[in-house]
Amino acid sequence: MQPTDIRNPDYFHKVVDCQWACPAHTPVPEYIRLIAAGRYSDAYLVNWKSNVFPGILGRTCDRPCEPACRRGRVEEAQQAKPEPVAICRLKRVTADYKDDDDVKKRIAAGKKTKSNGKKIVCIGAGPASLTVARDLAPLGYEVTVFDQDPRAGGMIWSQIPRFRLPLEVIDEEVNYILDLGVSFKQRKITSMKEVMKEGYDAIFVGSGAPRGRDLDIPGRKEGAKNIHIGIDWLSSVSFGHTTKIGKRVIVLGGGNTAMDCCRTSKRIGGEDVKVIVRSGFDEMKASPWEKEDAQHEGIPIMNFLVPKSFITQGGKLTGMTFEKVKAVYDDKGKRSLVSTGEPDQAFECDDVLVAVGQENSFPWIEKDCGIEFDKWGLPVLDKATFQASVPNVFFGGDSAFGPKNIIWAVAHGHDAAVSIDKLLNSEDLKLRPAPGVTLVSQKMGIHEWSYDNEIAGDARYKVPWADIKATLKNVKMEVELGFDVATAWKEAQRCLNCDVQTVFTDKLCIECDACVDICPMDCISFVPNAEEEVLRKNLNAPATNLTQDLYVSGPLKTMRVMAKDEDVCLHCGLCAERCPTGAWDMQKFLAEMTYAGDGCRNHQNQKKKAA
Amino acid sequence: MTFLAKPKLHHPTLPKNKLGFTRRDYEGKVSTLCAGCGHDSISAALIQAFWELDIQPHRVAKMSGIGCSSKTPDYFLGQSHGFNTVHGRMPSVLTGANLANRDLIYLGVSGDGDSASIGLGQFAHVMRRGVNMTYILENNGVYGLTKGQFSATADKGSKAKKGSINADSAIDTVSLALLMGATFVARSFSGDKHQLVPLVKAAIAHQGAAFIDVISPCVAFNNHAGSTKSYEYIREHNEAVNRLDFWPTREAITVDYSAGGVIEVPTHDGSILKLRKLHEDYDPSDKINASAMIASAAVKGEVLTGLLYVAPDAEDLHAHLNTYETAFNTLGEKELCPGSAMLEKINAGLR
Ligand SMILES: Cc1cc2nc3c(=O)[nH]c(=O)nc-3n(C[C@H](O)[C@H](O)[C@H](O)COP(=O)(O)OP(=O)(O)OC[C@H]3O[C@@H](n4cnc5c(N)ncnc54)[C@H](O)[C@@H]3O)c2cc1C
Ligand SMILES: Cc1ncc(C[n+]2csc(CCOP(=O)(O)OP(=O)(O)O)c2C)c(N)n1
Ligand code: SF4
Ligand code: SF4
Ligand code: SF4
Ligand SMILES: [Mg+2]
Repeated sequence: MQPTDIRNPDYFHKVVDCQWACPAHTPVPEYIRLIAAGRYSDAYLVNWKSNVFPGILGRTCDRPCEPACRRGRVEEAQQAKPEPVAICRLKRVTADYKDDDDVKKRIAAGKKTKSNGKKIVCIGAGPASLTVARDLAPLGYEVTVFDQDPRAGGMIWSQIPRFRLPLEVIDEEVNYILDLGVSFKQRKITSMKEVMKEGYDAIFVGSGAPRGRDLDIPGRKEGAKNIHIGIDWLSSVSFGHTTKIGKRVIVLGGGNTAMDCCRTSKRIGGEDVKVIVRSGFDEMKASPWEKEDAQHEGIPIMNFLVPKSFITQGGKLTGMTFEKVKAVYDDKGKRSLVSTGEPDQAFECDDVLVAVGQENSFPWIEKDCGIEFDKWGLPVLDKATFQASVPNVFFGGDSAFGPKNIIWAVAHGHDAAVSIDKLLNSEDLKLRPAPGVTLVSQKMGIHEWSYDNEIAGDARYKVPWADIKATLKNVKMEVELGFDVATAWKEAQRCLNCDVQTVFTDKLCIECDACVDICPMDCISFVPNAEEEVLRKNLNAPATNLTQDLYVSGPLKTMRVMAKDEDVCLHCGLCAERCPTGAWDMQKFLAEMTYAGDGCRNHQNQKKKAA
Repeated sequence: MTFLAKPKLHHPTLPKNKLGFTRRDYEGKVSTLCAGCGHDSISAALIQAFWELDIQPHRVAKMSGIGCSSKTPDYFLGQSHGFNTVHGRMPSVLTGANLANRDLIYLGVSGDGDSASIGLGQFAHVMRRGVNMTYILENNGVYGLTKGQFSATADKGSKAKKGSINADSAIDTVSLALLMGATFVARSFSGDKHQLVPLVKAAIAHQGAAFIDVISPCVAFNNHAGSTKSYEYIREHNEAVNRLDFWPTREAITVDYSAGGVIEVPTHDGSILKLRKLHEDYDPSDKINASAMIASAAVKGEVLTGLLYVAPDAEDLHAHLNTYETAFNTLGEKELCPGSAMLEKINAGLR
């Protein structure tokens, strides 16, 4: 193998599994260390900069970082249940224990009083638009956000039930943004052409994927009064229009919306609530923890049942029938659901909530306004810049590539903001600077590091819950209580500080084997060089996780190379402590993502002017 | 300054031996030696060898003297017996322990100062008595623990860290062990576990006095230019005479050997030593020739490593003395104190 080029900013970034997996690349270990140090406000602001909604995301994020977290792999075969660090719930800790006034002041300090004369409009006030606004307003842009709803927040506010996310948390974090001088107005946009005529320098569409899929099976019309589209019903509950549901409720669908529907039903009159899903339990789209939460509240999840008809009597819904199916896989591994041949199954019910998917819909964008759509009805966009076929129109969040989640909407928002800033500075949108990275040695003395390199053996801590009897009675009462300070500290200790990198200097190595001998995880080998495939097998412990890189040095004095499997490194620094020559060093890697503003610009236009 | 204990976590695929232990279960306390000390690598090789041989740690007695090398038994086999003797006196304590209980596996760990300077007499006698043990000499050419004075194994003409030249002749412990009658004699290098681990395993299996001189650089006091015991010097002058593969049983042999250049050395306990010859004319069963080869290599400035001598028909001290087989600690008072009548009988026999 060629020696690893550690100057490539992606190399060490990938080693920080959580940060790499986070769509907004939140520097997770950085904020976890700040929590451990009791610096909650600083930890909050590290988050706020990257993901804009720490308190909201700390309760609701889809947390792609957690399945990626190294801790889960490291605990394999040695902890009864190997689990990642509770990254998401530690994020909530930063919001819960920060000094509110201090944070408010520090955020407000970014407010620009002088306009740069450029006007931006965001359509829809969900997380994507709010991120664009947050990134651009401090640069002097005049940002206006329109939403058909009276409050900003988008689906964060209209869909996510209050027992998962209290209103105050939304208000606080939405206001941090609006207080930067962003103007929010309730207005339902009915014509894109009209907006285009209003003189904005750039238009950002963050209107989400607002249409819930329906289920067109026999009995749908007859039972219509008691058949509800999940997302419409949830927003109606959020807005206080709906306050009751029948005693027996069937929720159709296996995604997160279905989980919110069933748990909400249970709180406003549903007694016998069940979720019925076409697919198997493991293939359901809902996150594992949401399924667990629903089951914990006594809601059964029934699988492999395909809805066949609504049963009505005298124009009133009385139940549903389902066909029993099983999963069959063809030789390519593709799954299909086929009938088991057993008789259909019928369930009685008073109400049905249909949560079988969401779609995009842009009835207000005229076909002839210049914005192209593909055959699935999604806008044709540049995947990196989010630019539409009309150069000053950008899409982001669920409206760009279909329904995803909040953290993706935020990530899109950052990127779109960069594009807008570059466009309005006459720059090439495609020339986007790589993140700035720094590597700083953590050595303070012999056996002394500026990070805590002791590895905690604790299993993951559970977030305590409010009394289930109380929460099931009140749709607004938050279920999770969040970590207390002591537990948060203990959970923070589980983080392995994957950003503190093992950096190897081959010229200094005397091949004494000290690092090999001390490494608890058998990460390091000195071996004859070979192709990656061969090398992976020849290491002290086989490197079978192909998603994790091998760090390979140049040839050493014996003509062997140092090869380190990054997979299960504890970042404990023992290799560096045991190295007599300092060939190993522990260096903190920090990736400074590229945001709108001076850092994102290449200044080609200025060069042009100078030339 | 703190020394962190090595985290208990280990690689998810870390294998277990027949006893259900991982290699990590054979570790000891965290080492307090200097970072990069060769002795730590030898500890790692010992851990590997005992793990691979499926030896129950409580069947092992680790004996050592004084020195950085003699401290190392604290850093491996944490579940084994141990005795840290006075300087240079490990051999006599090991001999006594072995006489009292032959059921344990005896591992002697010593340094060049401990064995070749203050303990030279003890070293010679433990070899000639044929005590059943594995004697590891961690040879760095200096007294590491007392800050790097030349030891008796330092080569004549080699340079100390501060510049002084060693004027005395070196004691070659391998030649001395051969001369004294050790029945398994090898030399290796702390930086080459592929060579060292099989040698340790074979030495443990050997039923007699097995001696391995392991060159083990002292990074603090003897790893500079001009030293003949530095990592760099040993890598350049290392001449391996053979490569040993150790197989506990014949069935276990999984490597295909090409016909030429492999010798099989029979042993008492049925284990197999396979030697791949690296030097055509080196025969490790010919003691006289082995001595001559070691001496002539030394003249050329080469450090001969590998299995240098093994006597297939080795015997140990217990066989020489025809001792009682049962360990003292399992004998009752009656056997240990047979009474005045028996004493009379013995005394009468001596008159
Ligand atoms: C029930 C449910 C639960 C969810 N739970 C989670 C969760 O726990 N975690 C998570 O990460 N994600 C969750 N999501 C997904 C998440 O809410 C969305 O992915 C995210 O909000 C998308 O953000 P966005 O900025 O693209 O748009 P949205 O949040 O969808 O906001 C779009 C806004 O645009 C407005 N709008 C649309 N058209 C117009 C128009 N013509 N004029 C004016 N305004 C308009 C809408 O009123 C809306 O406020 C959930 C979704 C649902 C349905
Ligand atoms: C009776 C006695 N004399 C002298 C000493 C001082 N002393 C301690 S260790 C040592 C030399 C150890 O050298 P070596 O066996 O080579 O061990 P190393 O530290 O090099 O591994 C000496 C002379 C002592 N502890 N006891
Ligand atoms: S252990 Fe910490 S730094 Fe490493 S992936 Fe998990 S949360 Fe991130
Ligand atoms: S930091 Fe070094 S010693 Fe610790 S696990 Fe990683 S490679 Fe091994
Ligand atoms: S002084 Fe030398 S022998 Fe002793 S621990 Fe340090 S490097 Fe090893
Ligand atoms: Mg010594």
